[in-house]
Amino acid sequence: MNRVWSWLALAVGLVYFFLPLLGTLEFSLRKRKGEYSLDAYAAVFADPAFQATLGYSVLMALLTIVFGVLLIVPTAYWVRLKLPRLRPWVEFVTLLPLVIPAIVIVFGYIRLYNTSSFLPLTGSAMGTNMLLMFGYATLALPYMYRAVDTGLRTIDIGTLTEAAQSLGAGWVTILARVILPNVLVAVLSGAFLTFAIVIGEFTLAALLNRPAFGPYMQLLGANKAYEPAALAVIAFAITWACMGLIQLVTRFSKHTRASA
Amino acid sequence: MWNWLGVVPFVAFALLFLILPTMQIVLGAFRSPDGGLTLANLQGLMTPNILGSYVISIKISLASSIIGCLVGFCIAAAITLGGLPRWIRGPLLTFSGVASNFAGVPLAFAFLATLGRLGLVTIVLRDWFGVNLYATGFNILSFWGLTLVYLFFQIPLMILIITPALDGLKREWKEAALILGATGPQYWRMIAFPILFPALLGTFALLFANAFGAVATAIALTGSSLSIVPILLFAQIRGDVLGDPGLGYALAFGMIVVTGVANAVYVWLRARSERWMK
Amino acid sequence: MSFLSIQHLEKSFGANRVVKDFNLPIEKGEFVSLLGPSGCGKTTVLRMVAGFETPSSGSILIDGQDVTGLKPNARNIGMVFQAYALFPNLTVAQNVAFGLKVKGVAKAEAEARVTEMLRLIGLPDLGGRYPYQLSGGQQQRVALARALAVRPRVLLLDEPLSALDAKIRVSLRSEIREIQRELGITTVFVTHDQEEALSMSDRVVVMNGGIAEQVGAPFEVYNRPRTRFVATFVGTLNLFEGEATGQGVKITGATIPLDDAPKSGRVSFALRPEALHLGKGEVTLPATVESVEFLGSILRLRVRVAGILAALDTFNRADAPPPAVGSAVDVNFAARDLVLLND
Repeated sequence: MNRVWSWLALAVGLVYFFLPLLGTLEFSLRKRKGEYSLDAYAAVFADPAFQATLGYSVLMALLTIVFGVLLIVPTAYWVRLKLPRLRPWVEFVTLLPLVIPAIVIVFGYIRLYNTSSFLPLTGSAMGTNMLLMFGYATLALPYMYRAVDTGLRTIDIGTLTEAAQSLGAGWVTILARVILPNVLVAVLSGAFLTFAIVIGEFTLAALLNRPAFGPYMQLLGANKAYEPAALAVIAFAITWACMGLIQLVTRFSKHTRASA
Repeated sequence: MWNWLGVVPFVAFALLFLILPTMQIVLGAFRSPDGGLTLANLQGLMTPNILGSYVISIKISLASSIIGCLVGFCIAAAITLGGLPRWIRGPLLTFSGVASNFAGVPLAFAFLATLGRLGLVTIVLRDWFGVNLYATGFNILSFWGLTLVYLFFQIPLMILIITPALDGLKREWKEAALILGATGPQYWRMIAFPILFPALLGTFALLFANAFGAVATAIALTGSSLSIVPILLFAQIRGDVLGDPGLGYALAFGMIVVTGVANAVYVWLRARSERWMK
Repeated sequence: MSFLSIQHLEKSFGANRVVKDFNLPIEKGEFVSLLGPSGCGKTTVLRMVAGFETPSSGSILIDGQDVTGLKPNARNIGMVFQAYALFPNLTVAQNVAFGLKVKGVAKAEAEARVTEMLRLIGLPDLGGRYPYQLSGGQQQRVALARALAVRPRVLLLDEPLSALDAKIRVSLRSEIREIQRELGITTVFVTHDQEEALSMSDRVVVMNGGIAEQVGAPFEVYNRPRTRFVATFVGTLNLFEGEATGQGVKITGATIPLDDAPKSGRVSFALRPEALHLGKGEVTLPATVESVEFLGSILRLRVRVAGILAALDTFNRADAPPPAVGSAVDVNFAARDLVLLND
């Protein structure tokens, strides 16, 4: 009886989740009248705006990841090692982006960093790009911090640090050569998740007027019929790839740990 | 004392890109154009139009998080306690990771391609079963339509968060309850549910905020035909030059208040229900 | 008619038979241990008595009632688990009262019973605490109180001491036994620790490979093990191999006169460490001391004798210092202490 209900719950879930994917795939193939074709995909890939915006978003995602790692790994490490009493507060701050809607945060940016403010970031394209990157880092903060902090929990950072210090290592060396390699899997998981979030992000990019992939998709959706479905399939594939890579690095690390 | 230097970059970042922008909104909501203190901005929210959009936003968020919690819980329970084969678990959790992040613009496209007027399901229903979906009053650009779409990331998020919590239920608790004479439902009501309650509550608060702040899906799905708060605010920011900046602040402040209240309730309930934890 | 009767119990998981034709009558008020290595089927037997596993065949009777097909919550059995299975969301008092609450016992009566139970386990003041605020030993005592509060017909203990520190384990042993005696409750205790089984039980069931190899009082099981497995699993043991001659057994260096020795063939027999003595006696063998372990009241020597390395226990005596390692000594034993093993 129990098992029957379980299968039922699973079946309902599967139908709900696979129908939209199937529907999208089917729709994306309909561009040519009367037969299935990859025309919609060809049109999307041939669009210079597609290449430009996707390239921009990939670059932003990579920059966000680099910045996020540089900011969060040392902070999480330092808080665990030297300021454990601060941990609940830091954790609270890192969870705020889950509570404060992104649209509110970006509205604050626009107001705070306008051309007449103390830090006129929105005054130039470069400044706005930076602001967008910081915004993405804010959105990724909850996931990145949690991933790194969980990774740090599994290793004895106190002993590792003392061991490295006794061998004459400085802080930069300790972080780069001792701590980072030990939480690499956690960092990579956080990085792929960040990538998945940033690549299709719409709100921040649209309101800061940057030529990112999210606003491009929205624009295409308003003007074309079949290309959006093709874009959705592509976006789903990218998300899937990111999650698959997370699984892969996690599994890989388990192997190396087991054989070590 | 020097130890504090280590967190300066983080504190600076959090201040500049999280705290101060939010403070800017909060303060702006109470500031008049000439810089004085005022409640006029908030009073500006008290139009039937704007209040109505708050109501529908809250309703969609509540509906999608309640249903998301229920369905997600059932699926998570099925794969953890329901006696399904072990191999289902891994792929399902991976898929949940993908689906919970598959939000925004492409998600809207996917549902339009499936349930839109020319979508696969609509056509199949029409041609094979003779059911005209749109004649039944269904519309993807509606309250239930949007809720249905939001569930696509709400359910998997629930599955992801609650599965570890369900794994944490020890088999011995159930066995101890049973051997003491309890029935299955009694075990769930008196033991399992109270133990899961904090996790359920936290997930619910998260799902609520998740739905309440969702902009991209709604805009890509509806253009701006459905008047929910994020869309309203989006339009307000876009049309800033023309619009009333004070009203924008007030709208955003209202959003913070709603998610803030949701989370305050969560924290309060959690503190009450967690006396038994370390 | 015994109070708890397990008859021809069988359990298979797929092709794997984990319990084979298990029979055990238990008298009212008796404390019986199921002792064996992990995977021997002892826990499965207990879980079938509790109702968590359905037997493949056979039956379980409590007080004349066949409970084999009954659900766990209809059996009126108390159980204590290995991992502290206290409900973490309930206080100690609420935990103890749980069974009474689901049975619909009146509040006043339930409260009185909880007080009585907490006093019984020696924690009368901890009713308001949550499980995480208790030590492991305290938690396990509360688990015992919770199991006993419903006045069960049978008490099942599933390795209740294995997760505890060595010291608490020993003190809790006698405490459990005392409470069990006081209430006169029929108890089945599962353990892999032979010391626990021997010290607590009225009877011990030594299990191996799903079979009850020997059932008997601790004294009997220890001193007269019937199979090689029982002999080696229960206590330390020196195992000798010899040649039967009809009048006795020939081993390296001596022939041991033995009344019931077989006519011929190889035989193995066992001697407990405490049955071997230093010096000359009924059967004397030459030996070399290989190591000396001073354990306080007991000296444990390892001596090479008759081709094997044997353990020899002797009481510490202030006027008799232990022999030096490497020295040649005589060891002796009485033929009646020999245990002949059939495999």
